[in-house]
Amino acid sequence: MDYAGVIILEILYMIAFLLLTSAGLAIIFGMMRVINLAHGQFVMIGGYTTIASVKAGINIYFAMLVLAPLVVGFIGLIVERTIIRFLYGRIIDTMLATWGLSLLLVGMVTFIFGNTAVSVPAPISGYQLGEFQMGGYNLFIILVTVAIGVVMWAVLRYTRAGLIARGAMQGPDVVATLGYNPNKVYMITFVAGAALSGLAGGILAPLTGLLPSSGGAYIAKAFITVITGGTAVITGTLLSASFFGTINQIVSFAANPVMGDIAMLVLALIFLRMMPKGITGRFFRDST
Amino acid sequence: MMNWPSVDRINWGWFLLAVGIFALLPLVFDTHTATLLIIWALFALSLGIMWGFAGLLSFGHAAYFGLGAYTYAVAVINIGESTLPFLLSLLVPAIVAAIIGGMAFYGRISDVYLGVITLVVTLILFKFMSATAGDIYKIGSARLGGFNGMPGFHTLNVPGYPDISLWGWPTYYISASSLLLSYLVCRWILARTFGRVLIGIRENEERCELLGYNVAAYKTGIFSVSAAMAGLAGCLFANWAEIVTPSVFSLGQAVEVLIWVIVGGLGTLIGPILGAMALGYVKLLLGEQTVIDNSLILGALLIAVVLGLPNGVVPAIRRIWNAARLKLRRRVSEGSTRRTLNASSQVNR
Amino acid sequence: MSGVLETHDLTMRFGGVVAVNNVNFSLQESELRCLIGPNGAGKSTFFKCLLGQYRMNHENGRVLIRGNDVTGWNTFEIVRLGIGVKTQVPSVMNGLTVQENLWLSSRRIHGWHGASGAVAEVARELQIEDLLRRTVGELSHGQRQVVEIGIVLVQRPWLLLLDEPAAGMTGDEVERLIGIIRRINQTASIIIVDHDMEFVRMLGSTVTVFHQGSILVEGPAEQVLNDPAVREVYIGNRAE
Repeated sequence: MDYAGVIILEILYMIAFLLLTSAGLAIIFGMMRVINLAHGQFVMIGGYTTIASVKAGINIYFAMLVLAPLVVGFIGLIVERTIIRFLYGRIIDTMLATWGLSLLLVGMVTFIFGNTAVSVPAPISGYQLGEFQMGGYNLFIILVTVAIGVVMWAVLRYTRAGLIARGAMQGPDVVATLGYNPNKVYMITFVAGAALSGLAGGILAPLTGLLPSSGGAYIAKAFITVITGGTAVITGTLLSASFFGTINQIVSFAANPVMGDIAMLVLALIFLRMMPKGITGRFFRDST
Repeated sequence: MMNWPSVDRINWGWFLLAVGIFALLPLVFDTHTATLLIIWALFALSLGIMWGFAGLLSFGHAAYFGLGAYTYAVAVINIGESTLPFLLSLLVPAIVAAIIGGMAFYGRISDVYLGVITLVVTLILFKFMSATAGDIYKIGSARLGGFNGMPGFHTLNVPGYPDISLWGWPTYYISASSLLLSYLVCRWILARTFGRVLIGIRENEERCELLGYNVAAYKTGIFSVSAAMAGLAGCLFANWAEIVTPSVFSLGQAVEVLIWVIVGGLGTLIGPILGAMALGYVKLLLGEQTVIDNSLILGALLIAVVLGLPNGVVPAIRRIWNAARLKLRRRVSEGSTRRTLNASSQVNR
Repeated sequence: MSGVLETHDLTMRFGGVVAVNNVNFSLQESELRCLIGPNGAGKSTFFKCLLGQYRMNHENGRVLIRGNDVTGWNTFEIVRLGIGVKTQVPSVMNGLTVQENLWLSSRRIHGWHGASGAVAEVARELQIEDLLRRTVGELSHGQRQVVEIGIVLVQRPWLLLLDEPAAGMTGDEVERLIGIIRRINQTASIIIVDHDMEFVRMLGSTVTVFHQGSILVEGPAEQVLNDPAVREVYIGNRAE
């Protein structure tokens, strides 16, 4: 019984992890048709911001919930203004440039913080579930993810900004028809996506130690979650995160975590082959 | 035969010069370094013909490089004599690419999806190979060895004589000949109908379909050929390093080759070769100090090229060179209109 | 007797939109046929269905070309029966020269050795010999249309599908085009899609009018173009 509880909690945690790490990527992909391959590095920098702030004596919740998104959002602003805006409509070139950006960011973080692992202890201690020791912080992550999801949904559904965002998902001309400058909408979207990635990095920072190369660990999972989910940002990402999260944890329990990751990637391949003309497939065909 | 100005004819004078340079290269660098640069150049060439001429970008070409390396190591441990493992290291990546490419191209997926699929395949291989520590992961008598990889296999030997292994400068000359031979194969492909149709597909896929060409078959074909060349590079790399580790499948390896190719130049064969050798050498130099990280430079370079020189350095130099030549010719005489037209069409491609 | 091209109950849906609705179309040997209709009437979708550019199965009806049921075939297989296609926006290889464009088309029919000869012949026929070495991307829209027609003709097809062949052409070019079309028509069947009533009138063929995915009227040019229902479709569309 306790064991089942553990498995369910782990599955929920994995789904939350996938949602959290892919939310920023999903927003940018869904609204701008941009695949940001530097996404993992955005998450990583959010983590570094949190850890560096905590070391400087700042409250950890303030660091992860406020500072991390601010810093990464600001980096997103610079990136959008200097790189991304010149490449709209050129998906492959954007992928290449953001991949270059990811290397650049890894290099810069290595330069500043050195190539050694840094970490910060989790602010919430563990608890006992029957005979199993559980991480209390994992529960916190699940709750925060639910909160972020609800806020995103409410913003999209009920606010003016949400209306524009839904327009942007249809295409830049729809934004223009609504009377807004697509360039400005894209800029804000990218910054928002980057800030969300920073937030994810901040929240996840206490769980694992960070290295400059840690971003690579996030990008693969976030990437396939978003691509499989398609351009319907919230439903798509929720569906694919739930699916992949469940598969990942079940295989992890049955074999080992690496096999869990592999199962997820193989399934993603099969999905891509089966739905080349799904939501995303049709969208790419039209846009190129 | 009517000429095809878009595809360069091979200039045998330059080719012989290249042969000479490669023959003497070990005098400039040490043999070990020169061999590695040649192997990287071959790897870049394999991606260059597929991306630059057929317009197909494999984000994870490291998969085929790595498969070549692992295939050689596994096969040579089991077989002992190196001829068959050498051939298998071309064949296995070619077959895997044909399966993946066929799946993708016959499913009419877009180029973005090709990027996603090739990348995911590389990630899977990397994760899997990293997790193969322990005795259950064996192919024949070859243990895959997980993150630590597979050391201690036989390097290439003289065909038929398993006891005479080749190591050191022979490895260099085998690698250099492989590169030159692969270059000639690429040239040959481009001079035949197969290569021209590929260029047509790069320019306008729908039109080629409407002309009655089986576009999916052509794409699968070049993907497979390209993977075989990458596999050859991987096999040589295994011989050079004398160990194979999962890092051959890493994202770093995948992005590096992509940067060599796009910086060197798309739509040329010499561009990827020069790009790989130059940037590879810079990487080796940077590896000796710790102030500036190599990825910092590579990243900045990739961004700069995508934004400023989307076709890379070699085509840009060629454009400037042609423009200068045109100017010079105009100054020397009025020149025949025909020639000018010819030059301007070259400038514009 | 069966026609060169027939469709039976051809239907194509995109989501809730029926782009082509139960079309029964038939074309006779060496016929010249014009398809007209307002924007969004389904003409281009109809072409794409004929060519298998949308995935189709028998629920979408049937397409028969010279007796072959080509429903569900790949585009390149359908084209290989001997069909030449000119798309709405000139579909040419912009980075290559005119010579190379024509050669790629010629090569599949005439082989490695015969390709160049056939190219020279078509270039003479279309009077574009002086353009052969130019890069297609730098030509005018009208010139590119001619190049695309050359690409189609060099394969010597017996059925041609031409989508707005006269768009972007000067008066002279249009007249020359009509001459070319009549000459090809002596050996091949042709379907032309166009908006330009004047051009259709000059061709003077049988006309099929598409409206909202279905065939509205079919008949001789003069009669159809003066039909009040057709006029209303056009004017009504313009008023939107």
